[in-house]
Amino acid sequence: MRKCSLANSQLLFDKIAENMPLYIPVDLEKGRVAYKQYQSGMKMSDALKTDRSAKDFFFPQTENLMEFKTEGKSIEIIDTRSEAQDFVVFGVRACDVKSLEVLDKVFLAEPVDSYYKNRREHGVIVSMACTRPTETCFCSTFGIDASAPAGDIECYKTEDAFYFDAKTEKGKALLSKLDCVTEDCGDEQVKAQKEQIKKVLDKLPLKDLKADEFGADKTDKFFNSPEWKTLSESCLGCGTCTFVCPTCQCYDIKDFKTNKGVQRFRCWDSCMYSDFTKMSAGQPRLTQMERFRQRFMHKLVYFPTNNDGMFSCVGCGRCVAKCPISMNIVKVMKTLGGKNND
Amino acid sequence: MTDVKEPLIPTVCVITDVRQDTPDVKTFRVLTVDGKKPFIHKPGQCAMLSMPGVGEALFSITSSPTNTEYVEFSIKKCGCVTSWLHAAEVGQQITVRGPYGNGFPVETEFKGQDMLFIAGGIGLAPVRSVINYVRDNRANYGKVDIVYGSRSKDDLVFYKEIIDEWEKDPSINVHLTIDREQEGWDGHVGFVPSYVKELGFEPNKTAVLCGPPIMIKFTLQGLGELGFNKEQVYTTLELRMKCGIGKCGRCNVGSKYVCKDGPVFRMDQLDALPDEY
Repeated sequence: MRKCSLANSQLLFDKIAENMPLYIPVDLEKGRVAYKQYQSGMKMSDALKTDRSAKDFFFPQTENLMEFKTEGKSIEIIDTRSEAQDFVVFGVRACDVKSLEVLDKVFLAEPVDSYYKNRREHGVIVSMACTRPTETCFCSTFGIDASAPAGDIECYKTEDAFYFDAKTEKGKALLSKLDCVTEDCGDEQVKAQKEQIKKVLDKLPLKDLKADEFGADKTDKFFNSPEWKTLSESCLGCGTCTFVCPTCQCYDIKDFKTNKGVQRFRCWDSCMYSDFTKMSAGQPRLTQMERFRQRFMHKLVYFPTNNDGMFSCVGCGRCVAKCPISMNIVKVMKTLGGKNND
Repeated sequence: MTDVKEPLIPTVCVITDVRQDTPDVKTFRVLTVDGKKPFIHKPGQCAMLSMPGVGEALFSITSSPTNTEYVEFSIKKCGCVTSWLHAAEVGQQITVRGPYGNGFPVETEFKGQDMLFIAGGIGLAPVRSVINYVRDNRANYGKVDIVYGSRSKDDLVFYKEIIDEWEKDPSINVHLTIDREQEGWDGHVGFVPSYVKELGFEPNKTAVLCGPPIMIKFTLQGLGELGFNKEQVYTTLELRMKCGIGKCGRCNVGSKYVCKDGPVFRMDQLDALPDEY
């Protein structure tokens, strides 16, 4: 384990940024928190969460897939892909680290999505243990330990220092470049912080939320529940939950005519939108109830069915905080999950 | 990076023949720019066709894999991409990627079976691929019956092929029907589901069913009355798709992705899925 005194944090960030782009969470106006590319002197936010997750680095909201030139009856395809540059995302919480594992199941499954894989191979995740998890947090429901956030380098921030523990080859390679700003240390401080975090986690209001009722092959148990109607009644279909969700991965592919040709791009899409499944031949999900149900069934039942029981929710609580009508996966789980979640 | 295969990047192909099958269905023959088949497929699989700037859409491959020269797509004009394709001429380049999906189990479950093909309208497009595969490997299959219906005589897709080849093939029985009486038609008149019941097939066959949802629903009922069970009936689904490789989320029904785990499902497998297709 290596440590870096907080007094030297600027040196640390400067040193990382010397080698490759570094992204850190930064406080913006009106309480917003976002990852920004580090410029010397920039101050890292102490906020628990960024408004949007680290998903954006690997699966950006929009990205160009390829270009075309058309002339008469001819088409030329231009492969616009290029090898990504190494980069570091610093301060990723345990839930968001886990969400990348969920996204990997989709994008790295055969046939592999080369756009995602390229960025995943070049991105180094420096995680950050949560000393102040909050009332919307429920990562422990999905077996995530906020006091052991994993990533390529597992990081703890105490009152006076960052503590680093490299977990992967990528992490070790980065940490070895930081020898001049870090020093060897024991793990007493980290152990103490872990204990501290566990005490906070034990007091969280959602600590008893259980996912046991859900999981693989439970479609029949929940699909026709009359509760979906009540739960979805006030859903506006705005899609905010899917956009702030670190595991939502549905996308659209569209063409855009430029003055040079055609750009084919992909962008995030949402199963909460009516045109997501609309065809010239019809619409299999006619009302918001069906769309609402799809989102939660996918996260709690369908995804686990295909991925050895892994849920497609990491309990980050962003949807809990951001839904304009205060509907969220916690309410869904409490309502459908039976007596375990009373 | 550009030497890494990316499934979303298509290849350029060319339309080498366009045939007007019905007032709103055209069949397009497609080859690579150097004159080869764009891919090797299984009957029932699909491929993504696109015109940059117009859009990309998934279509069933209507030609049989036994055709060594080209692949064909029969496409009904009903949206943006299909309207553009209907206006396209021979020599027009398009992009192609695929094939996608599971296809019909022609080399496993279907082998040695008596086959009953039932299709309505453009639903014959994917079924034609299986029918011609079976005809080209005739010894591997038992009796073959085809029940095909459309709104009118003019709406029977592949009419020429049906009359000139299938009906003349003594080893298969073709049963055509149209919805309403029409001048110049002396064949059967009536809907496909009731015609199937009228024909009264022995329930020892494997059935392949494709057509509009309402036809599927009632034909399935009729087959049930004839004694068929759901393990003997196969169909192919169509949902909106963007990626074709089980990632964009659009065609997700239960734990299945129609593009990847389908589009071919056995009826008992479909019954196990939520009713959202």
